[in-house]
Amino acid sequence: MADQHHDTPMLDELENGPWPSFISGIKRLRDKHEDQRISGMANDLLGQLEHSYETRKGYWKGGTVSVFGYGSGIIPRFSEVGSSFPESKEFHTLRVQPPAGNYYTTDMLRQLGDSWEKWGSGLVTFHGQTGNIMFIGTSTDNTQHFFDEINEYGWDLGGAGPCVRTGMSCVGAARCEMSNIDEMKIHRTLLNNFTDDVHRPALPYKFKFKVSGCGNDCMNSIERSDFAIIGTWRDDMKVDQEEVKKFVARKGREYVIDNVVTRCPTKALSLKDDDTMDVDNRNCVRCMHCMNVMVKALSPGDDKGATILIGGKRTLKIGDLMGTVVVPFMKLESEDDYEKLTEMAEETIDFWAENGLEHERCGEMVERIGLVNFLEGVGIDVDPNMVNDPRQSSYVRMDGWDEEAEKWFNRKAEEKAAS
Amino acid sequence: MAQENRPPIESGCPDGFQYMHPVMRKNYGAWDYHEHPRPGVLLHVAHNGDQIWTVRAGTQRILDVYTLRTLCDIGDKYADGYVRFTIRSNIEYMVSDEAKVQPLIDALEADGFVVGGTKNSVAMISHTQGWLHCDIPGTDASGVVKAMMDELIDEFRENNMPNRVHITTSCCQINCGGQGDIAINVQHTKPPKINHDLVSNVCERPSVVARCPVAAIRPAQVNGKPSLEVDEKKCICCGACFPPCPPMQINDAEHSKLAIWVGGNHSNARGKPTFQKLVAAGIPNNPPRWPEATAIVKRILRAYKEDARDWERINDWVERVGWPRFFELTELPFTKFHIDNWRGARRSLNSSTHIRF
Repeated sequence: MADQHHDTPMLDELENGPWPSFISGIKRLRDKHEDQRISGMANDLLGQLEHSYETRKGYWKGGTVSVFGYGSGIIPRFSEVGSSFPESKEFHTLRVQPPAGNYYTTDMLRQLGDSWEKWGSGLVTFHGQTGNIMFIGTSTDNTQHFFDEINEYGWDLGGAGPCVRTGMSCVGAARCEMSNIDEMKIHRTLLNNFTDDVHRPALPYKFKFKVSGCGNDCMNSIERSDFAIIGTWRDDMKVDQEEVKKFVARKGREYVIDNVVTRCPTKALSLKDDDTMDVDNRNCVRCMHCMNVMVKALSPGDDKGATILIGGKRTLKIGDLMGTVVVPFMKLESEDDYEKLTEMAEETIDFWAENGLEHERCGEMVERIGLVNFLEGVGIDVDPNMVNDPRQSSYVRMDGWDEEAEKWFNRKAEEKAAS
Repeated sequence: MAQENRPPIESGCPDGFQYMHPVMRKNYGAWDYHEHPRPGVLLHVAHNGDQIWTVRAGTQRILDVYTLRTLCDIGDKYADGYVRFTIRSNIEYMVSDEAKVQPLIDALEADGFVVGGTKNSVAMISHTQGWLHCDIPGTDASGVVKAMMDELIDEFRENNMPNRVHITTSCCQINCGGQGDIAINVQHTKPPKINHDLVSNVCERPSVVARCPVAAIRPAQVNGKPSLEVDEKKCICCGACFPPCPPMQINDAEHSKLAIWVGGNHSNARGKPTFQKLVAAGIPNNPPRWPEATAIVKRILRAYKEDARDWERINDWVERVGWPRFFELTELPFTKFHIDNWRGARRSLNSSTHIRF
């Protein structure tokens, strides 16, 4: 067999060095796998990849491949140099939705691995950048067979193309003391409400939900999702003064002043002469820094909920956009709360589906039409938490001022009456 | 044929609880604090005193089934059979007994996996598919990352950085790798080369025109055929036209370069989240080991490690010391390309007398 292998002198260089090598892994499939379908596919895949390394070009093109009943979830790949590398000429990826929080038993990983070995290349990634399990490389026919098999034991495809994409949520309440929300429940409630929009692409472009349990935003949701749900709290943070004293005794006052007190973005912390910590909770912005440093002494409050931001995305087409706050705080405890969240997501997607241009992300639409038009479209009231600063340009027509001011006062009166 | 018509079960996102370690299931939402006993290991303690130990390891990310089974074998023999994957594709094993931690670390290291990637380390590089699977890549992804992690492995294993360092790579300007403390991204430097024979058959021309961020593409008759032409003076070489119109080839063996950006930070800790900023470009896309890009990354890391204060991410550090100092310390050239001219660029200009000397 050895003499039938494609020479891969450049890829061989990636077997050197201490970090685990994906090239060695693909070669194991080529050299050790008994199934000629897999070993042959690995050989031709390495051949094409070596060709890419030599010429500095990619040789895959897209196409249309799907499973019965869906229009999404497969990344089709046909080789442009398939005549030289015939056994990997069809090399499609299936995007499969992981469990919220990315938990697996080894038994389940083995079962998925066995199915993939039966129908695919034997190459898999946990996870792609959108958050899917990426089963990399199979033929058009086997795409359906593999999906049928794993779909029977609980796995479904994720999104690809202009649709609701697979969501992501952090480890959250399962293992993290910073968590302020039930990340897994939010993730599954939202994603599984939009199953149809995941599987059948009919939106202007992609739409991503990401859930982080606190402002550390480990899921990168502000910059990388159209709809970010981030945990926070609105009562006072908890301070265990005995633990504060212990921390100061261990690390020294200078360390606490330089690394905690002066790093607070709103100057809301003060180390007292008796080595206790004073917190100006009205001005704390829940940034998480002090809690990251003093994990035992400081922790979130009890009145927990979420902040929602809309419209984060990367460069194409108009440049990077961060998400924008549209809900400063909402409780996420009762079923009613969850219904409110789902309705808001539906309103957002409906409005964007109606008003977004082709290939225009939700945030780009908001940029084009202005935040206020978006808010009015989805029925959300304006709030000063939505801006860094009020308007600085006087080029605006304001002949409805009195009505708008009255709305504000009425809303404030209602809030007061309700509380 | 009946088999082909099997209707899908639209089960969507599976419930994670069924795969979760029992101690985590039991203490869901009831954790008190965590400790970091050594690099790559986390200890979380619940309010009731329950403990869960996590061991994190880096892998090659593109896993063959043999490697996947090795990871499972380790999980069965040395851990409790429960794992999860981080957003940066590290595997995490959770165990409830401290005595299992060291044997688990030893087993992972013996099989070539790398324990680390926690707290103030250089974390695993987040990356995408590249030449292995993408239809539009300017470079490889797994190869760049393998070559770079070979050189940064000690920084992954140790906690020697002022704060965590998230590195990302991307093979085009769609930038699937995302924002990073350091981002290594493809930057094309020449307009697309158009195969006019194919455009009218392959491309939906109005959509391609609409994709261009600078309105540089217009419909045209070329050699008697309907095609598209590019105003090369306006073209910013972003490659946005290439995915909807493959005959507009943007990738070039010589002129598709790498650029390095720093200071992207997703966290709200201390300051608000920040976007990454351009610091170096014109770097050759040089397989199989991309030494020029790695050298610049290491230079940036060295300056950061020496000059930044504890807990400063790269963006926090640059904000404190200023960009002139950044370019001085890293010995990277500051050019006219560093001055932004995209929409909103005036906000990036210094309108003050705040100058460091």
